[in-house]
Amino acid sequence: MDWIMTVDHKKIAILYLWAGGLFFGIGGIEALLIRWQLIKPMNDFVDAQTFNELITMHGTTMIFLGVMPIIFALMNAVIPLQIGARDVAFPFLNALGFWTFLFGGLLLNLSWMMGGAPDAGWTSYTPLSGTAYSGTHGVDFYTIGLQIAGLGTLIGGINFLATIITMRAPGMSFMRMPMFAWTTFITSAIILFAFPAITVGLVLLTFDRILGANFFVPGGGGSPVLWQHIFWIFGHPEVYILILPAFGIISEVIPTFARKRLFGYSSMVFATILIAFLGFMVWAHHMFTTGLGPVANALFAVSTMLIAVPTGIKIFNWLFTLWGGSVRFATPNLFASGFIPTFTMGGVTGVMLASAPADFQFHDTYFVVAHFHYVIVGGLVMGLFAGLHYWWPKMFGRMLSETLGKWTFWTFITGFHLTFFVQHFLGLMGMQRRVFTYLPNQHFDLLNLVSTIGAGLMGAGMLLFLANVWITSRKPMDAGGDPWEDGRTLEWSIPSPPPEYNFKQTPLVRGLDAFWKEKMAGNKGMTPAEPIGSIHMPSATPLPFIMSVGIFIAGLGFMFSRDQFVSGFVSFLFNNYIVTALGLLITFGAMLVRSLYDDHGWHIEPEELEGR
Amino acid sequence: MTTTHAESVHSGLPHEPEKATAEGRNKVLAFWLFLGGEAVLFGTLFATFLALRNQTNEGPAANDLFHLPLVAAATFLLLVSSLTSVFAIQAMHRNRPALLRNWLLITVVLGLGFLGLEIYEFSEYVRHEEFGMTTSAFSSAFYTLVGFHGAHVAFGILWISLLIGQLAYKGLTAVTAPKIYVSAMYWHFIDVVWVFIFTVVYLLGKVG
Repeated sequence: MDWIMTVDHKKIAILYLWAGGLFFGIGGIEALLIRWQLIKPMNDFVDAQTFNELITMHGTTMIFLGVMPIIFALMNAVIPLQIGARDVAFPFLNALGFWTFLFGGLLLNLSWMMGGAPDAGWTSYTPLSGTAYSGTHGVDFYTIGLQIAGLGTLIGGINFLATIITMRAPGMSFMRMPMFAWTTFITSAIILFAFPAITVGLVLLTFDRILGANFFVPGGGGSPVLWQHIFWIFGHPEVYILILPAFGIISEVIPTFARKRLFGYSSMVFATILIAFLGFMVWAHHMFTTGLGPVANALFAVSTMLIAVPTGIKIFNWLFTLWGGSVRFATPNLFASGFIPTFTMGGVTGVMLASAPADFQFHDTYFVVAHFHYVIVGGLVMGLFAGLHYWWPKMFGRMLSETLGKWTFWTFITGFHLTFFVQHFLGLMGMQRRVFTYLPNQHFDLLNLVSTIGAGLMGAGMLLFLANVWITSRKPMDAGGDPWEDGRTLEWSIPSPPPEYNFKQTPLVRGLDAFWKEKMAGNKGMTPAEPIGSIHMPSATPLPFIMSVGIFIAGLGFMFSRDQFVSGFVSFLFNNYIVTALGLLITFGAMLVRSLYDDHGWHIEPEELEGR
Repeated sequence: MTTTHAESVHSGLPHEPEKATAEGRNKVLAFWLFLGGEAVLFGTLFATFLALRNQTNEGPAANDLFHLPLVAAATFLLLVSSLTSVFAIQAMHRNRPALLRNWLLITVVLGLGFLGLEIYEFSEYVRHEEFGMTTSAFSSAFYTLVGFHGAHVAFGILWISLLIGQLAYKGLTAVTAPKIYVSAMYWHFIDVVWVFIFTVVYLLGKVG
């Protein structure tokens, strides 16, 4: 009950981590099944339809339900602490964002048990995702599940923007803000401007499928290419929603373990902003082979390649931070250092793909698969590992085992390169993506075997991480406030795990790397910016949970509104939108309750603070 | 609860009550951000409409359908309702709850008038012109864009009505003021979107 009603950002972070971890596991199992099917030519482990469902759900789950929530977990755990705040700007909305994400994800995954998963690829290209080619409810689960989950993401994005704009501690100007806070800020801005586009795309696809609209149906005058534009005007910025937080994590971890301030801090900030801006300008590079014409292709090719410039600035700044530092390779820094070359390789193949004529050759081959897995797994997942190992003691008060952590790193990175490095060559040799099997003796056999073995190793790396978490959780709390001893930012100036009010007194920030600055000046902790006083806390509430259940029911009701059920009564309920209305009634009822009863919260009094 | 603005001497309510508390300021800021997202939402719907507006699939085209007098009347109602919501906020700033309530009521009535005309318009198309959601890509885009706006109007009417109820129940305070202010921002946004719909959908449909 405590967990269902919480509005504390640190607990919501842990909820995001559990839920995101669960979906990440499901997506990982789907990946292993895909690799098992491709281990040898003409394999019949799964059939073509199941394979389509597996690749669709693997991509969708990993991106929307796996890595994004884990990013949100780290943001929730760290951002208020890094900027010296007691919570996010809207604790209630924070909880609501989590629950809508969870129920959207559950709805999407219900599809496995309710007559077929989405099968049109994670991009759901029309007309493949129309009712003519995708007859099950799979794509409906995709459109409605993602819609609900996307609502949560949008709420979270607005919340972080408001939090970072208004809740920074005294003295923390924007140019004194830690890089992870900066990337969270920019990521949230991208979410705000990219997610409404996919919201519309999903609505239009839903209308096509359920109400018989003609947006993407050529026979009715619609345009399948329109879907691609809408999808990628969201989808390309989405790539930066994923990778910028990883950049932020790396920019926190490397200075800590190199014991040097981040090289070129202000250039890092502007590179981040520039990447976000350019990220919106390049969506059509996913559509070179659609037939947009040479002028459009050339423009989008050039603007895409431009992104390599700010990204290159970042890579070199990290290298210059390490250069001459007294570097300690603790597990977080191992992952961060491993991130740099791996991500760079993904970036280089990105520039190759940005060249429109070359893309005609690479398109829809395993070269593309290799490229984006280098960016998303070799970049983002490595960054998440770095961040999780780095902030684990802050979140849970326990140090993860260094020995197991290093084993995790070496197993994972070996498995990663085995899996995806060879896929570049498979792609160049012409192996197509999204195809459920291949013929023998085309030189695909050995490399696919290697790739599958690598996937197994990556899975083993994940298990080692889980073992680490399990073993650690059974030990007593052992982490001090500054467990890495070289913490630079505000979160390390308070106990681990932090008390529910975070800061007994709001700290006064006197420079970049505020805590490091105080330590170098010989101070034990931060200088407070206010006297000890009573602290206002928001009350716990079940309303966000109830509202999300309502949306979940409404989504299911709408999805099955045209179906006939065995029981006439059930059909009656669905066909007349009674189930939908009931769900919406629950949600709006909860909203009404929320607005009628003002939440005055409660206070923690100074005596209580001193008692600890 | 810190009040940074000068308090009105006779009332006890701050000069700009919607910005009197940190929560109120956060709410107004976050609502500006939300409207940024809404702008992208409608931008995507407009782009879709522009891409599909000539794809009539041998069904009725814009020129056959639209009656500008009806649309002009609807536009007039909505624009005036934006003005009355400005008067409402001015009444709020002068701390006159009764006047505030009356202007909000007028806003809601004008909004209902607009919505009524839109429902009438849609039902005419469906009944007499055989122009429904499934007729063509143009019809799908038309009903989705204009209908999305209409749904926003309906939501705004419901929202402001509930706020009027809350105003009667709780009075004008530093808690209720930001809610009223934000709902007025929302109402202006709907109005601005309608100006674009009037131009892009109706005027362009008649002459473009």
